Amino acid sequence: MERFTKKQKKELKRIIIAFVLFVILLVLEHMGVFPKEGPGKWLLLALNLIPYFIVGYDVVRKCLIGIKNKQLFDESFLMTIATIGAFGCGEFGEACAVMLFYQIGEFFQDYAVNKSRGSIAELIDMAPDYANRETEGGEIEVIDPDDIEIGDVLVIKPGEKIPTDGVVLEGEGLVNTSALTGESMPRPVAVGEQVISGCINGETLLKIKAEKEFDDCTVSQILELVEDASSRKSVTENFITRFARVYTPAVVITAVILAFIPPLISGNFVAEFGKWVLRACTFLVISCPCALVISVPLAFFGGIGAASSKGVLVKGSNYLELLANLDTVVSDKTGTLTEGKFKVSMIEAASGYTTDEVIRLAAAVEAGSTHPIARAIVEACDNPISQSKVKDETTVAGKGVKAKVGKHDIAAGNYSFLEAESVTFDDKDKSLLGANVTGTMIYVAEDGKYIGTIVVSDVIKGGAKEAIAEMIQKGVRRFVMLTGDSSSVASEVASELGISEYRAELLPPDKVHAVEELLNEQSGSLAFIGDGINDAPVLSRADVGIAMGSLGSDAAIEAADVVIMDDDLAKIPAVMSIAAKTLGISRQNIVFALFVKFACLVLGAIGIANMWIAVFADVGVAVLCILNSMRMLAKK
Amino acid sequence: MKKKFKLIDLDCANCAAKMEDAIKKIDGVTDASVSFMTQKMMIEADDAVFDDVVRQAVECISKVEPDCQVVL
Repeated sequence: MERFTKKQKKELKRIIIAFVLFVILLVLEHMGVFPKEGPGKWLLLALNLIPYFIVGYDVVRKCLIGIKNKQLFDESFLMTIATIGAFGCGEFGEACAVMLFYQIGEFFQDYAVNKSRGSIAELIDMAPDYANRETEGGEIEVIDPDDIEIGDVLVIKPGEKIPTDGVVLEGEGLVNTSALTGESMPRPVAVGEQVISGCINGETLLKIKAEKEFDDCTVSQILELVEDASSRKSVTENFITRFARVYTPAVVITAVILAFIPPLISGNFVAEFGKWVLRACTFLVISCPCALVISVPLAFFGGIGAASSKGVLVKGSNYLELLANLDTVVSDKTGTLTEGKFKVSMIEAASGYTTDEVIRLAAAVEAGSTHPIARAIVEACDNPISQSKVKDETTVAGKGVKAKVGKHDIAAGNYSFLEAESVTFDDKDKSLLGANVTGTMIYVAEDGKYIGTIVVSDVIKGGAKEAIAEMIQKGVRRFVMLTGDSSSVASEVASELGISEYRAELLPPDKVHAVEELLNEQSGSLAFIGDGINDAPVLSRADVGIAMGSLGSDAAIEAADVVIMDDDLAKIPAVMSIAAKTLGISRQNIVFALFVKFACLVLGAIGIANMWIAVFADVGVAVLCILNSMRMLAKK
Repeated sequence: MKKKFKLIDLDCANCAAKMEDAIKKIDGVTDASVSFMTQKMMIEADDAVFDDVVRQAVECISKVEPDCQVVL
């Protein structure tokens, strides 16, 4: 990569030439080569116009086109008017200097913005540059990823990027997903498994069959989201836009007033006019809101870039703002705080039955269900009953299943399900029901008689407790866990995670209600964390919907506002820090830029600040604010 | 229809905001954005008038910043 673009090199050359000429003129003027009055003065003006036009001809040109297009209050227009005013007042050197320094500032701005664009592109550099396609003859051709067609056989050499989503045909090994997930642990892949674009192949050669065109693959979608994110503006950015709209005209009007009113009041219009015109010109120089208009969006864009380099997609600047101001975090339990992998942890049989019989009968009726608890029961059964003996299965969602196994009616489900099935419980059985265990209890009955209990429980995710503690330490006032499970399971998980609040036994619509209730009780913003697949309505109801473990899941990426590519909860406090830093930098920029500008306006009005200082207040502040925003991109 | 265009030599952030405002006011435009950071313009408009909207948008852009080019 070259240091400067062609355009920048040209600019730089103009600036240097003009600067040298300007210094020579300044020296000559101080040596008294030019007389103060008469034709010498005109010569000095003509000589000063040379560097002025070398460095600023494009500004003057833009101003003229702007006037033609009725685009006043444009930067070029203001600078041109201000410098013409200075020339008119006989301040040739100053006019020339203002244009020169304005262009130097613009150059730095341009350079800094370009550079940070590059850094952001680097942060989210996961797009492949090429793909190796295997032709029918078995040869390999290098093609543009855009030319990949569905069904193409692609060869990925060790260390290359996977160009599009596909299925592994040959080879097995490890792929590095860090560009997408921020996680350094490579993922194993084998024949028949899905691979996702943007991952880097490990040590072995892989052959994949393309399943998506490049435009539809995971990487393209992610890049598009990151780019689109900057168009969802934050409150801060909208404030700046509104402010900019008012600020420039207000300053210009004040400048006009400043040029005419004080000389009129003074009674000696002719003598005073020049002095006040110069002060008015100072106003015009400061009147561009550039520092804010560039640096604030840059900070947000940088924040989004920094988050995506950690494997967190933030789909809009507004969400970054909300994340910095989180008051309540609501989280789903299963699959978010816990692994979502159920295991049978205990089986109790009523007298006259064995645990083996209980699990076999339960597994027989649950075999047709895809519910995770049903799967856990089926998995726990080593010696299943043939499915040909099972018929008339009926599932009551969220409650249980019944079916005929052989000649017997078997029911498995929660307590209310079995009660509804008029299952009788003996007193002795009841001691088992209240067993001091955590997890979901599945009661099993045969022909209306209770025969045993199966306890299925879930494992808490590693790092979940620490992540929650960190969120609370970062200012989250309330952490609420929502779950469809029983209160006893919920309270156990909550106490293990150090959560004080939970709502249990919720059906999916109840979760939406719970979030709505919490939304009314909060002072900042509310985030909901879920897996993004089953809880889309809740995700969209919350201020910020965070989906976990979403790599490759289009539905989750679609529904959520913030997408965490892997399932590491620690990413949430991490992205909260990024959000806080972004907001901090924007605030610093706003306060700093406004302070300097207003100070210069006041000092300019009373004649203390001259045009040189005004130029600094304009472009100097802009450059400093941009540099400040670039801190967002600093690699830790 | 929603389409994105690349912009070349979009040099001033304030101009981008002005362009965005002007494009949003074109008849038939449902949403538009001009991003200084990504140097891209997004236009969402009715299919029937889309080409006409794009033509007007290009006009708006060259009015605000004469040197800025739209890659069509």
